[in-house]
Amino acid sequence: MNREIRGLGIVMVVLFSALFLQLNNLQVLSAKRLNEHPSNTRSVIRDFSRPRGSIQTSDGVLIAESVPSDDELKLQRRYPEPALFAHITGHFSFTFGNDGVERTYNDLLAGYDSGPLRLDRLDDLLLERSQAQDLTLTISRDLQLAASDALGNRKGGVVALDPRTGAVLAMTSFPSYDPNLLASHDLASVRVAWEALNADADRPLRARAYRDRYFPGSSFKIVTAAAALTSGMTPDQPVFPTRRELALPQASAPLRNFGGATCGGNLTDALRVSCNTVFGQIGLDLGGPALKAAADSFGFNQPPPIDLPFPTASFFPEAGAFARDRPALAKSAIGQQDVAATPLQMALVAAGVANGGVVMRPHLLGEVRNSRAELVARFEPRPWKQAVSGDVARSLTEMMVTVVERGSGTRARIPGVTVAGKTGTAQTGLDRSHVWFVAFAPAEAPRVAVAVMLENLPNTDEVTGGALAAPIAKTVIERALAGPNL
Amino acid sequence: MIAPAELTGDRRRTELGLMLLVGGVTASGYVLAGLGRSASLPADLVPFLLAVLGLLGGAHLATRRLAPLADSLLLPLCGLLNGIGYVFVARLRPDLAGFQALWTAVGVTAFVATLVAVRRARDLERYRYVFACAGLGLLLMPLIPVIGQTINGARLWLRLGPVSFQPGEIAKIALCVFFASYLVDKRELLSAGTRRVGGAWIPEARHAAPLVVAWSTSLVIMFFERDLGSSLLFFALFITLLWIATARAVYLGIGAAMFGLGSFLAWNVFDHVQRRVEIWLDPWPAAQDAGYQIVQGLFAFAAGGITGTNLSQGSPQRIPAVATDFTFAAIGEELGLLGTVAVLMTFLLIVGSGLRIALRAEAPFEKLLATGLTAIVGIQSFIILGGVTRLVPLTGITLPFVSYGGSSLLANYILLALLLRISDDQSARSVEAGR
Repeated sequence: MNREIRGLGIVMVVLFSALFLQLNNLQVLSAKRLNEHPSNTRSVIRDFSRPRGSIQTSDGVLIAESVPSDDELKLQRRYPEPALFAHITGHFSFTFGNDGVERTYNDLLAGYDSGPLRLDRLDDLLLERSQAQDLTLTISRDLQLAASDALGNRKGGVVALDPRTGAVLAMTSFPSYDPNLLASHDLASVRVAWEALNADADRPLRARAYRDRYFPGSSFKIVTAAAALTSGMTPDQPVFPTRRELALPQASAPLRNFGGATCGGNLTDALRVSCNTVFGQIGLDLGGPALKAAADSFGFNQPPPIDLPFPTASFFPEAGAFARDRPALAKSAIGQQDVAATPLQMALVAAGVANGGVVMRPHLLGEVRNSRAELVARFEPRPWKQAVSGDVARSLTEMMVTVVERGSGTRARIPGVTVAGKTGTAQTGLDRSHVWFVAFAPAEAPRVAVAVMLENLPNTDEVTGGALAAPIAKTVIERALAGPNL
Repeated sequence: MIAPAELTGDRRRTELGLMLLVGGVTASGYVLAGLGRSASLPADLVPFLLAVLGLLGGAHLATRRLAPLADSLLLPLCGLLNGIGYVFVARLRPDLAGFQALWTAVGVTAFVATLVAVRRARDLERYRYVFACAGLGLLLMPLIPVIGQTINGARLWLRLGPVSFQPGEIAKIALCVFFASYLVDKRELLSAGTRRVGGAWIPEARHAAPLVVAWSTSLVIMFFERDLGSSLLFFALFITLLWIATARAVYLGIGAAMFGLGSFLAWNVFDHVQRRVEIWLDPWPAAQDAGYQIVQGLFAFAAGGITGTNLSQGSPQRIPAVATDFTFAAIGEELGLLGTVAVLMTFLLIVGSGLRIALRAEAPFEKLLATGLTAIVGIQSFIILGGVTRLVPLTGITLPFVSYGGSSLLANYILLALLLRISDDQSARSVEAGR
């Protein structure tokens, strides 16, 4: 019998070894795969049922908070100003994940990232105290509302930055949506809302301000002018011939000025009236590599390092693409052909010029506070790109001031404030245009940089950046300068 | 040769030290679970500690008086499992914590009572038919109308007032005693076949009849009560005992063949068997319905990783029946691989200690009974641990000493007492022999 009893012992050891191996498989080898399995809602439930920090604007208005709920998740996320801030806060959805600040700063809001554990906080281990952190954004509710009202019911986006720090002061897109619908715990109604939002032809879930890109049109001439100045041209020299159209090589149709106008002169004159023939010529003269380098130095072709999920990179073609297509060079120099920019990127262009040539890292986070309202961290501004030299930035500023004073952007004039700006009207096809206005002020010591974009408007004489976008920029700049000097 | 007093003192001192360790582990687990839940010390800490220490101390004092020479590891090992189990029941189902404490008290009482009542293991041999009838009777009880109850599709329960009870848990011990004694009695006859069927000698029908009747009846009953886990346990237990008693490996082959045939029949006759196997092979398509429990269990193990989320910091409540069948998944989530392997090792040590008792026992009946009782713990824990970890198809059965449940604790404490009784008998005899 003893032999068999020992045999049984061996069998048991083998069976338990198999269990041991399977446990190692489940808890170590396959753990990551299981944790990330689509039907595993554990981490979501964990996120949902624990305290979550609030989000407020720089002027102290609550835009996301968690309030007690009487279901198994215990807390309901609420957005008090849903449409105004949907593309900023994003949503905190059980089924469809997070977006916006809710996503970028999930770890801070949920308290997973509570900073280094200090000795005086050891009592936190024993006392019931939430590790969730509250966020204060750089966005001002006042300015956001002004920008949103000025944009009204026109599809497009407005971005306002502090050029000195990169702080986003306002960022609005129309149309917007109600994140409360997606944060609901009634999963069936969330699904209905999600499907409706996705089926909507106006794409309200798209944050146009930083995720959609458009032809920048003439607003891109700031970048072309920067390349020209960097290459040695000055605002006064050379003087370009006054023309109605620019003949393009390779037997392509000639490049015309907007509205069939005749224009020419030096760089300042050309920028003031947004002269296509001059900038087309400059593009041909400078060549692909110089234009590409200028665009890249402002941040094109890379996602801006903003603290929002999935920012879209703006696009300028590879220099090599122009080798066999010279006409494309002239068209790219005036922001047409394949050039595409987000409103955020064009605001960064304005901000770079405004800040003496240095583009600061764009950011929304201002301060982080713990549940005892103590300051835990403050966002430290950091430069992102050296776009142009200080001299070039000064020249560009002077040129952009003339655009607003007596050029295509006069509707952005503000009594007592020197505004620097550039209009843009980009044809998207035969009968529609995106209109732009890119500006900053005060020109002597800029405190706000703005980009306004209205998409796909039907062409009429009144559909230009100067006529439609400049007034919006004006409103936003006025409001921003009236606010506290941060 | 060691003097009996010395041996007694030595073993019981070891046991006392280990019991103190078990008390410490259980109490700290309880405190941590409380801290994790509400970030404050559990309000009922003092009464709880006194109760746990009292019960463990009581069991230890009982072995001191009633089985002084018994193995010193088994009681602390089972106590550890009981302690961890209690911590998890209290954490997962605070409403059941009081009951589990009560069941532990009942279990320890039964442990002491068994040691008092069974003064020599070999006394049990005489009552083999009583045990057989009692075992079958207990198995049949849930089928009686009014008091029988169906829970989760299995008719295993008795409801008497507010208390439900699973008599099958006790029945398995009674039947184990019967199998052991009958097999010891008839093993000569069973191992020497008299008739040749096919290529093998098989024993005469009349010798095997009572055995086959008791065994097949119990299997059929369990099957119709839809208790797949217990059927499997019984089958494996019986084949194991038959093999060990007769030393004939052919019974293992016959067992395997019968298992294959039985599985095939069960697969074709019972759709719930089919569903269990399908979910085992691929639980993902049914992750939201029939496979929900097993999939949530797997997620719990993965969530725990190596070190676990710590007590009360995970969300094992998402697993259906987590306090009974799926306690191990909760341990996996909150104590991690370290915790699950510790539990695994504890079971393996219990099996090791039990088999050592069986090896050292002199009387064949005691040998076989000790083997059988140990096999019950080992096979039962493997069936449920393998099921929860998706190593084998899941069949609902309790994890000995850990899961919530009065009948399970009661039965396992009786089983433990019997093992210690055999161990004590054997040591006493070897001490006498050495004198």
